[in-house]
Amino acid sequence: MAKLSLRGVVKRFGENTVCDGIDLEVEEGQMVCLIGASGAGKSTVLRCVNLLEPIEDGEIFLDGVDISVPGLNPQPVRRRIGMVFQSYNLFPHMTAMENVMLAPRRVYGKSREELRPEIAELFTRFGLADRMEHYPDQLSGGQQQRVAIVRALAMKPEVMLFDEITSALDPQLVGEVLDVLRLLKESGMTMVLATHEMGFAREAADKVCFLKDGRILEEGSPETLFGAPKHPETKEFLARSLK
Amino acid sequence: MKKDDAAGKTRRQIYEEKLRRRSLLIAGTSTVFAFLAVVVLVPLAPGWEKVKASFFNREVFVETFPKLLDAFLIDVMIFVWCAPAITALGLLIALARDVQSPALFPLRIFGAFYTDIFRGVPVVLTVYLIGFGIPGLGLPRPFNSPYIWGSLALILTYSAYVAEIFRSGIEAVHKSQRSAAQSLGLTDGDTMRFVILPQAIRQVIPSQMNMFIALQKDVALLSFIGPVEIFRQAGVFKSLMANFTPYVGAALIFLAVTVPATRYADYLLAKQNKERS
Repeated sequence: MAKLSLRGVVKRFGENTVCDGIDLEVEEGQMVCLIGASGAGKSTVLRCVNLLEPIEDGEIFLDGVDISVPGLNPQPVRRRIGMVFQSYNLFPHMTAMENVMLAPRRVYGKSREELRPEIAELFTRFGLADRMEHYPDQLSGGQQQRVAIVRALAMKPEVMLFDEITSALDPQLVGEVLDVLRLLKESGMTMVLATHEMGFAREAADKVCFLKDGRILEEGSPETLFGAPKHPETKEFLARSLK
Repeated sequence: MKKDDAAGKTRRQIYEEKLRRRSLLIAGTSTVFAFLAVVVLVPLAPGWEKVKASFFNREVFVETFPKLLDAFLIDVMIFVWCAPAITALGLLIALARDVQSPALFPLRIFGAFYTDIFRGVPVVLTVYLIGFGIPGLGLPRPFNSPYIWGSLALILTYSAYVAEIFRSGIEAVHKSQRSAAQSLGLTDGDTMRFVILPQAIRQVIPSQMNMFIALQKDVALLSFIGPVEIFRQAGVFKSLMANFTPYVGAALIFLAVTVPATRYADYLLAKQNKERS
């Protein structure tokens, strides 16, 4: 059974259909990359999975359980699915440590003292040992994004969603964030990424999906999708983005 | 870099210094002229001697000023218990207007009504209606005190304004902050309490300070329903001495409090704008 699966997911914003019947299977420990032009619906797919957007039609299953039932309390589901955003979205009035501690404290009722050692270890693992007491505006973009990843991981999620997390970064900072993703993959995390980093997708993904106008036009292993794309739209997109 | 004079300044620096000196000179000259115009022209007015005697009388000022200061303590006292109540009630109303749950919809409607009504009526009218109306029900002492009902009128009116300012602050916090908090599995209540509100409150502190400066001035309206605070006290002196100087003294006392507070609020606002840019 797939860890996460989407069946015919439809999302509309008014007249605008952003997801037009998305089918997607993500196996445990897999890294799946969603690629495609801006506006193709990559981010919306992730937001739907995290129940930040209610869907119009279709189903989303986590461990075989439908999590898209209308009226379902979204909070227990969101705890199991971590999400990292393009614009980091750290809480600016809290230090890095407080940012990470907030949700485990409130949701799991753990104390600061209880949490500190394990969170400090996460910070250390991602090269942030000396940045724990800094405020977001005292950190570089790459550091902020790594704190955001630590914040999501501290909830011990089973699946992580990454929404173009390197798009707002200076080119020289992209590498440090991608390294974190490689580390996570090694640890066996199930991950879905919306990304423009073609090189990374080709090298690290288990599966790549090409989205256009809210549909998955083509999917497959990175070798086949990048090496021998079948769909003319995929070819055109890859030709443009790889230049 | 090309140095043009002995001090080693660039052409640009010399030019800018010249500009600065010139604008300083112009500003200085026009200020002196404006000041002279007031000092010279006003005393030339036909009624000046009379105005001077009845508004700027030194003996009356010296005699009444300490007592006005004492009376001002009542204003400060009323302010001190009204301000926290206004903050708390204003915050509650702002939160009520933001509730999402349909079961609490009446609360939302109430919040909207509340702010519309109390912002739509002149403060002095609310003070009259509540300050005379409720004790008129024949309540026993001390519940017929104008201090209680006058304060309540101020609290009701000002919390409506303060609620609107809090609400604007809540709306100014970017939606992505809410998404981030929700994606972590926080409840709506925790999201508001730990993520949205702290940012919103910080954002609106300068505006709220201006509201509280206005409140300190409006405390004087309570004089209409009884309490002998500074405005009323000045009125008593005016009648006793047939002289308006106590009003000038009262104005000076208000200014001594409100001007520094206003300057401070402006400073906070300027600092915030600078941080944001």
